[in-house]
Order: sequence, then structure tokens, then C-alpha cells
Amino acid sequence: MRMHRRSFIAFVSSAATAAAASALWPLRALADWVRPVEAFKAKALEDALAALGGPGQPSDAIVFHSPEIAENGAVVPVGIQSSIPGTEQIAILVEENPTPLAAVFYFPEGAEPTVNTRVKVSKTSRLVVAVKAQGKLHLASRQTKVTLGGCGG
Amino acid sequence: MANPMRIRAARNDARTDVKVLMSHPMETGLRKDASGTVIPALHIVQVTAKCNERVVLAAQWGPAVSQNPFLQFSFTGGAAGDVVSVTWTDTAGDSRTDQITLT
Repeated sequence: MRMHRRSFIAFVSSAATAAAASALWPLRALADWVRPVEAFKAKALEDALAALGGPGQPSDAIVFHSPEIAENGAVVPVGIQSSIPGTEQIAILVEENPTPLAAVFYFPEGAEPTVNTRVKVSKTSRLVVAVKAQGKLHLASRQTKVTLGGCGG
Repeated sequence: MANPMRIRAARNDARTDVKVLMSHPMETGLRKDASGTVIPALHIVQVTAKCNERVVLAAQWGPAVSQNPFLQFSFTGGAAGDVVSVTWTDTAGDSRTDQITLT
């Protein structure tokens, strides 16, 4: 195939733009779900929240269930439902654990910002939920009393 | 290879609720055995749930998620015949995927 120099340049540049645009999108999605390594390493609640983009403001729009008294700290059920518009991320933190951050959940388009799971709580502690919506951190917390530690002996 | 996950899904109008029970020891790396040697950490670090090819939930976990983790989540959409799959990866690089078909 014979191609004129001008049309060849136009062809190459349009192909490059298309490739760049398609390459960008999975990259962006990936960047959002990258493991917040610093937040998982943090040994204090404030440091973990700061690493997540905190400190954050308390919010009433988060429904957060956890038992007031947990007999077994190794299995403490937590349920979270966020009605903050644009919820992207929900993190669960246990203040008194050796590393407070337990889990971070990411909600892509079409996911309901609600999650239920079970976490370990080493001793009587405040449980904090950090909801990230439109780049802002919203907090809710509850105290859970543990009669048997969650980290074994 | 780890044991299979148990997955259940229920469709209610426009949303689908999914419950997953994984089988994993979730060792924190802080516990010691009877002789006082530290049991090395082995826990799930990443979880991804998909409905067909669409990612409906992603999660990054630390060691503080309970042993044999339970997870419940919801997403909008999901029709009969759609495949919901859940994948986890642990600190040893092991991973497992299980799936069910929506009815």
C-alpha cells in the first residue's frame, strides 16, 4: 500500500491518541484500588486515617452496626451502609488493634455502598468506619467491649 | 490449594445481594504456637467480585479480618444467567476463584 507522507503522519498520530486514551482508563481504575500500604502499616488510628486521606468529619449518613459486647473478639460482625452520595471507599478500623486498619472496600459504578463482614478485635476498643466520598473522609464510630481477645495467646 | 468458597446470591428487583464464606486461616503473624515460635502471617490481601466481566466490589484486607472470612455485599443489576465470581489472593500469592450463576 502506498501512503502519502501527510496522510501517514495523520494516521500515526490518530492511532497514538486512541491508544493513549484506551490505556488510560484501566490505569485510572487500577490506581483507585491500589493497596494503601502505609495505612495498613500504621500503628495508630490517627496515622491510618491520615494515610487514607483523613482526618475526616463525623457523619450521620453512615449506618454502622456492631455488637456492644462481643464474647469472642476473633469474630466480631460489622455491618456498614453509607447513604453519602458518591461513596467510593469504606474502611474499617479497630483503634486498639496492633495495626488499626482491618479492611478497605471499593465500590465501582453500580455497586451498593453496603458491606457486612467479620473482624478481629484484640481488646475492648472503638471501631471506626471511614467512608470516602468525592475525596472527603466521613467517620462513624462505635465502642465494642470484648470479653475474650481476638489475637490468641 | 484452599477449600472452595461458599457463595449465595439472591436477586431482589434491581439489586443482587451476595454472601460469601471463604475458607482461609487468616494468620496475623503475631500469634505464637505452644513452643513460642511465631506463626508466620498468611492472610488474604485482595478480594475482587465480578458480575460477568464487570467488577462489582474490590477490597484490600489486612490481618484483622476474621478467620474463614464472611463477606456480604450488593450491586445493582444482575439478571438470570449472569455469572457472579469472587477471587481472593493471599500473602503467599495463592489465589482462588469461585463462581455461581444467578437464577
